[in-house]
Amino acid sequence: MSVPPNILFWIIVIPGTVILGLVASWIVRKVSALVQWRVGPPFLQPFYDVAKLMGKEILVPQDAHRVVFMAAPIVGLAGVILLSVMLWRIIVTETAFLGDIIVAIYLMVLPSLALILGSSASASPHASVGTSREMKLVMGYELSLVLAFIVVIIKTAALVEPGQQLSLAAIAQHAPVFSISGMLAFLVSILCIQAKLGFVPFDMAEAETELGSGVLIEYSGALLAIWKLMQAVMLVALPLFLVMVFLGGFSADLLTGLAKPVGILPVGIIVLLVFVVAGLLARFNKYIDILFLLALIAACLLAGLGKYVLILVLLILIKNTNPRVRIDQAMKFFWVYCSTTLVVAIILALIGNSYSIGWL
Amino acid sequence: MSWKIKALKKSPWVFHVNTGACNNCDIEIVNCLTPKFDVERFGIKLVGSPRHADALLVTGGVTAQAAPRLREVYRQTPKPCVVFAIGACGCGKGIFTTGYHMVGPVDKIIKEIDPNAIIAYVPGCPPKPEAMISGIVKALAAL
Repeated sequence: MSVPPNILFWIIVIPGTVILGLVASWIVRKVSALVQWRVGPPFLQPFYDVAKLMGKEILVPQDAHRVVFMAAPIVGLAGVILLSVMLWRIIVTETAFLGDIIVAIYLMVLPSLALILGSSASASPHASVGTSREMKLVMGYELSLVLAFIVVIIKTAALVEPGQQLSLAAIAQHAPVFSISGMLAFLVSILCIQAKLGFVPFDMAEAETELGSGVLIEYSGALLAIWKLMQAVMLVALPLFLVMVFLGGFSADLLTGLAKPVGILPVGIIVLLVFVVAGLLARFNKYIDILFLLALIAACLLAGLGKYVLILVLLILIKNTNPRVRIDQAMKFFWVYCSTTLVVAIILALIGNSYSIGWL
Repeated sequence: MSWKIKALKKSPWVFHVNTGACNNCDIEIVNCLTPKFDVERFGIKLVGSPRHADALLVTGGVTAQAAPRLREVYRQTPKPCVVFAIGACGCGKGIFTTGYHMVGPVDKIIKEIDPNAIIAYVPGCPPKPEAMISGIVKALAAL
């Protein structure tokens, strides 16, 4: 790759990811509003929210551990931005390093860990209930998530060429979802991502109605803005990770057909400009909002982000059609049902490997 | 106008404090969030913690038990913030004016700890959701 696009990539990747994350969180709120037959927030709403929180006073509770309380959101945001930079680098430049799957798994735990640290440092009974739920939830879904990746690794190990290293770049070239074990692993990991994002069936750590936003209850001002940014970037990084691991990345498919000749990066920049201009126009017309949402999805499809939008919409629909479960129900769900499913999937994948049956 | 106030006007998150209301005003506040009125159009969101809030919706004429709690909630709200006295009781104790247990109204309690507090009044028993939305719009315009 030549030097200028490379530099452009490093300049644009972090602000681009944050902006894309805020747009994604607008899509979540807008689609939820449409499901509930409401109008929903305007396009720039997440941007206003973050700007407003940045300008507010920061209150630190008297009994809180100040350093951990202030550092936790920054650690969480840094971890999730690092993860998304890693993923974008693999997508755009198609380079990877040995062991990046393990690094990605660790970086995916970091936001939850930061949330646990920050809320337990805030010396609030509501936050501590939220913390204990978040901890149990992490223990619940982490096993299933790692087992799902093991299925993918087994599937990919049979497909890589002898000299090639088994990294995320190699995994992203195959789509294990088109096999029985891969499909099982994909379905379970969608639910794990739902729990990681703290979306509704598994939002017991934040539980608005009982805990008053639980883990985040003591955060205010700029620190809360950083948590909101972290959650927004997670909306980019985690579905992107699923796309790379299960759906064969962004290469060699029909949806990227238009983006391939010009490259993903320029198309991405143009799409981002279209987003912003249409968002500014949105205030002049009553129905332009919904048209804009459709245009956004169409633009994403053209830019090769169709699979990402597919996963995002799936997550939103699960969010809007389910009630919150209790923490013990969630743990039972992940440990008993999801793990058993994945053990079956691993056995199927191993059988498929040794007898070279591709669809198992 | 500074960017802080401008952004605040675009996303006022509200926290609901009941200081001894009869629940009518509370029902009408929740009514604002239904699809018919849908205040999320204006970026208004009901939050669960006063630390996330930009506006306090205070209902009820502040009983003796609730007054210290109201003061504490106001102290815990990050500034700049707005206080809304919702309903006849919030604005001036309503039919409970002579009640032995009433120490309010809301503005008196808030001004005890912060004389410069921004307080808006939405009268009515209970006020209609339209009245509340109009009150919030007027208060934000006055910021």
